[in-house]
Amino acid sequence: MSRSIAVLVAGVAAVVMVLSKFIVPMESAETTVAEWFNAAAAIAFVLGGASLLKMNLLTISARGPGWGYAAVTLVAFLATLGVGLFKVGVPPSAAFPDHRMGGTPDAEGGALWWIYEYLMSPITGTLFAMLAFYVASAAFRAFRAKNAAAIFLLVTAFVVLLGRTYAGVFVTSWIPDDVPWVSWLRLENLSAVIMSVFTTAGTRAMIIGIAIGVAATGIKIMIGLDRSYLGAGAGGGNG
Amino acid sequence: MATHAGHASIFARLDRIDRRWIFLAMFVAVAAPILWVGVTGKTFPEAPTPAVQGAFDAVESLPSGARVLVSMDFDPASAGELQPMATAIVRHCALRGHRICTMTLWPAGGPIIDGTMQDVLGDRPDYRYGEHWVNLGYRAGFEGVMKQMNSRVSLAYATDVRQTPLERIPMLEGITGIADFDLLVSISAGYAGAKEWVQYSVSPTLTGSKPLRFVAGSTGVQTPQLIPYYPNQMAGILGAIKGAAEYEYLVNEAVRKADPSAIVPAKFQEAQRRMAPQLFGHVLMVALIVLGNVVFFGLRNREARA
Repeated sequence: MSRSIAVLVAGVAAVVMVLSKFIVPMESAETTVAEWFNAAAAIAFVLGGASLLKMNLLTISARGPGWGYAAVTLVAFLATLGVGLFKVGVPPSAAFPDHRMGGTPDAEGGALWWIYEYLMSPITGTLFAMLAFYVASAAFRAFRAKNAAAIFLLVTAFVVLLGRTYAGVFVTSWIPDDVPWVSWLRLENLSAVIMSVFTTAGTRAMIIGIAIGVAATGIKIMIGLDRSYLGAGAGGGNG
Repeated sequence: MATHAGHASIFARLDRIDRRWIFLAMFVAVAAPILWVGVTGKTFPEAPTPAVQGAFDAVESLPSGARVLVSMDFDPASAGELQPMATAIVRHCALRGHRICTMTLWPAGGPIIDGTMQDVLGDRPDYRYGEHWVNLGYRAGFEGVMKQMNSRVSLAYATDVRQTPLERIPMLEGITGIADFDLLVSISAGYAGAKEWVQYSVSPTLTGSKPLRFVAGSTGVQTPQLIPYYPNQMAGILGAIKGAAEYEYLVNEAVRKADPSAIVPAKFQEAQRRMAPQLFGHVLMVALIVLGNVVFFGLRNREARA
């Protein structure tokens, strides 16, 4: 029953969104549906939090693999949630100086700001920076010119890697930049050609393909054939 | 024969090299230029690409006092690449006297806005909050927020981050829908970001009486997905730290042109300063790929002979 209601809500919302593009009096209905969407998106945060709690508590209680990490995740989640909800250490706002809860949760000086500035920011930045080391190692071990396609990919990688830095300018600066029929051979120009011609052509094909796929999936959701978005056991699968 | 065996031995040893040596090489390739730039303050010259020049011109061509909506759709994980971009665009807007409205569709984007505005406007007492700039902050809903803002900004944001209703904010006077802004800028690291802004907010205005001009800044990974939208839906794109460096170069050149004695603080050259470690990192990558292939073919030849 609950799944039928969900399918009905999704179908009606989709039909309203489509019709609002063609029927002028229905334009405001589109905004109303967008408001529902925003409310649902906000509720999804609560569901996400509940799911995180459930999964990690189950792992800890079962002493499953990596339960220590689950404990760290839970402590971090609850601590961040707590200091954010109760605005721990948040200075009062200029508009409401007499009210402790008047400031924004992430105002400078507050506990949430501290967590963001000294924990989240350096940790996420470090994780991304570490990719450079693993990519370098992978470049040495995996990028092999085994066949024509791999050679083509390799040459393209060289051109883009060098062309996107001053190395490209330095290496091919002897090629005159004011002679159109040879200037494109300069690495920085060749890199731009690869990005604007080959990459654009490939990306366009993907965008068009994805758009057609999204339209097809949208129609299936609208008429209730695709219920995969309701999760496992919803029936209907991919239609 | 002995020479062949010697080569094979070198290839075999290189093939089994401990990856920590590669990590060390990458560390040196990145750290040394950072130190060099820090000590000397020197940066490489940049030649702006048409897409970056287009973004610069879009901001430059607006009359002073124009209203620019800047959506900082990223979090600290991508700040290394996107923060200099956000700083450069906001600074350019402030130098041109534009009024700036900031927002974010990413939950962790709020402090990024605060930091950027503090960096750029901290020493600009003439830029008063509410009159010259305003921060709408974060709102959940991704494309839903965009669709609401298309018709009425106040549907998505009843107040700014300081809890002031939008109708009482002087710089937003006369702003109803998103198309009332003179320019939309999205600095984004993924979903929801520049691509969604094009699809949900920019494209619908292109057939109307006032097309919304749009400039995007994105990570290197996301840039190829945005290139097809340039130049029809987008006036310009800043791709990765390279795009940020080119934009920063244009802004700094404009500052120096207006006042040859002007000294540009290091915080406004961050992208240009990061191009040196990027250069050596890329050169090392190319060298490692070449070396890896030399080892691969060396070992294969040895096996073929055996």
